[in-house]
Amino acid sequence: MSAGTIVSLPDQSTARIPKMNFLTRENGLLSWLLTGDHKRIATLYLISITFFFFIGGALAGLIRLELLTPQTSLMAADTYNKVFTMHGIIMIFFFLVPSVPATLGNFLIPMMIGAKDLALPKVNLLSWYLYIIGGAMGVYVMATGGVDTGWTFTTPLSTHYVNTHVISTALAAFIAGFSSVFTGLNFIVTIHKMRCPGMTWFRLPLFVWANYAASILMVLGTPVLAITLVLIILERTVGIGVFDPAKGGDPLLFQHLFWFYSHPAVYIMILPGMGVISEVVSTFSRKRVFGYTAVAFSSVAIAVFGFFVWAHHMFIMGISNYAALIFSLLTMLVAVPSAIKIFNWTFTLYKGSITFETPMLYAFGFMGLFTIGGLTGVFLGTTGTDIHLTETYFIVAHFHFVMVGGMLMAFLSGMHFWWPKWTGRMYPEKISQFAAVVTFIGFNFTFFPQFILGMLGMPRRYAAYPPEFQALNVFSTAGASILGVGYLLPILYLTWSLKYGAVAGNNPWQATGLEWQTQSPPLTENFLEIPVMDHEAYDYEWLEKQQEKEVASVG
Amino acid sequence: MSDSTTVANGAAAEAHHEHPPYQRHHFETVDQQFDATNFAMWIFLLTEIMFFGGLFTAYLIMRNWYYPAFVAASHQLQIGWGTANTVVLIASSFTMAMGVWSAETRRRKSLVLYLSLTLLFGLTFLGIKGIEWHEKWEKHHIPGEHYSVQSFVDPASDVEVHKQYPDDKPLQADMAQKTEEYFFLYFAMTGMHALHMVIGIGILIFMIFRARAGAYTTGHVTFVENFGLYWHFVDIIWIYLFALLYLISRH
Repeated sequence: MSAGTIVSLPDQSTARIPKMNFLTRENGLLSWLLTGDHKRIATLYLISITFFFFIGGALAGLIRLELLTPQTSLMAADTYNKVFTMHGIIMIFFFLVPSVPATLGNFLIPMMIGAKDLALPKVNLLSWYLYIIGGAMGVYVMATGGVDTGWTFTTPLSTHYVNTHVISTALAAFIAGFSSVFTGLNFIVTIHKMRCPGMTWFRLPLFVWANYAASILMVLGTPVLAITLVLIILERTVGIGVFDPAKGGDPLLFQHLFWFYSHPAVYIMILPGMGVISEVVSTFSRKRVFGYTAVAFSSVAIAVFGFFVWAHHMFIMGISNYAALIFSLLTMLVAVPSAIKIFNWTFTLYKGSITFETPMLYAFGFMGLFTIGGLTGVFLGTTGTDIHLTETYFIVAHFHFVMVGGMLMAFLSGMHFWWPKWTGRMYPEKISQFAAVVTFIGFNFTFFPQFILGMLGMPRRYAAYPPEFQALNVFSTAGASILGVGYLLPILYLTWSLKYGAVAGNNPWQATGLEWQTQSPPLTENFLEIPVMDHEAYDYEWLEKQQEKEVASVG
Repeated sequence: MSDSTTVANGAAAEAHHEHPPYQRHHFETVDQQFDATNFAMWIFLLTEIMFFGGLFTAYLIMRNWYYPAFVAASHQLQIGWGTANTVVLIASSFTMAMGVWSAETRRRKSLVLYLSLTLLFGLTFLGIKGIEWHEKWEKHHIPGEHYSVQSFVDPASDVEVHKQYPDDKPLQADMAQKTEEYFFLYFAMTGMHALHMVIGIGILIFMIFRARAGAYTTGHVTFVENFGLYWHFVDIIWIYLFALLYLISRH
């Protein structure tokens, strides 16, 4: 291996994937569909969310194509409404919310805490089935004409005016919501009750802390969304207005209930991604994460503050000025723990031995783009600027910087980082570094112009726009096609690597987590015997001593 | 929950001891299994609180907005039936608690008896609820096309309720219309509660069959105990519904 990499692979001429592992232990479709193994369920989730990601991505492509020209040239305005609604619903409920927790979290949390499995394997499998049922209903809705309320199900639009598939879409989100409740519940119980000897709370990897915080949000927030969707369904079927003002209801009540879940949902989506970044930044700068305790508590702080900022989505909807003032202040507060994380990662890099493997490139992408996304969030949290910027492309750019630039980058970073553990084989390094750079460039081309468009006043959710906005929209669409290439490449070379990738060995990155101290792919119950945690998290000296011992005993 | 128990659990595992058949393979000890599933049940109940919380919020806001309508509509509920149902549910919680005790002390026959009594009380509750709902149906108080505001614009026409609350003034037409809002929330909340009862009754029937075969009286009481938590929770929700829907407008 050349200098500038920490990768150390076993001798390829003799190295073999271990014959006995969680993938080969049982065969046949049923052994997958009835499995209780958290790693197999994570694999099922990975395949399904990738499927939904590409549906959502294709819809995004249609949106960008339509916006290439100022007129409604590709599709009618009605169709456009359906396309952006389905894009939002699929990407949020069927990709972003389960992305890191249900795949990487499911795969890693038991291993990271030294357990054989999640506490409730059957509930874990149930959560996947619920996800699939919800997802199938989502696809059914799309196939039979779609829904055009926006992913926010805004009332009274959704209950009074439109006549598209609101009920089945709400049911789909309701069912998918329960899958996320069960994942969160399982994580909380597992992290509390299943830690191995010596694994104290402050020896947990920060990925576990981040998923723990996200789980709290899933467990407390999602049921509120569930009951809100039930009320929407009842309002449409029985016809009584809890939310419809024409019938004596209160549309603002809907907004409160909806955003009570959907703002914390933003943190459900981003927190696990932050956990990935903590692991990756530490491994590729060979240093313990700076301010471990602060990073751990900042995750919990985000979870707590996240529940008290929801009304910043409603500044222009007629909430009282005093409420707007308080919620604006609280919104600024939630920026603090996020900043703590960014600063601590930066300090981790400081004087670290940094190398630039693919996961680290994606992590750098995350740090830059999330910072921009987060800071523009402060613009929107300020009531004065929010009145100008809300419902424009500025908002679209802001949350795509956080969700795509942040979460998706973190997801890809984590997928590359743990790919050798998951499959036992390395992905091809050069082309994946290329893909990471392409994604970063494509992303900025796509979404940065949208900030400017928003500042200039281009509203979101319209199929047509004034001709003077065209130049920036063409930029954005061109960037989207680059971004598309950036997302297609990993699918291709990761699939290729399943058969042709180099054999990874137990610990190609010289990382310290317990998951790296077992074989790749791991055994069905993860470890030969339950490990004992006798060192702090991210203790690279411990790892060195451990490896010296191994060399001594082999020699 | 504490670190010391986790360590102790792990230490015990090193001996590769024999374990009882109901211990799932991924737990180190039976205690850990019990702890984990019990904790999971508590967290599930937390999600249930948030679920009902949305309905309670909607109810309280609407009640503030349309206060006269909600008071008048609330007078339509019969406190006698509500009280009877509260007593029935509290009794069922008692028999459920006795059921858990029977399982813990390994008394198979008394476990079957107490579970059956719980089932009986649960069905009684639903029966009484059915009578109340039927009455609403007869008086056209079910929200929808056939909803009638007769009892509220002209209280004297509703003889029985009028006798009980002779001071109730007739409501203006638009405010009377808002009583529909009350009944919608009434049906949504009691309906959601009844749905939880129906699910509980289904599990109870399953448990009675299993208990007769002796499944819960060999030391593995987790299932009975966790179901007990669920049953008591549904009971507590009813106590709040009773106070908010029936009693709040009594004065």
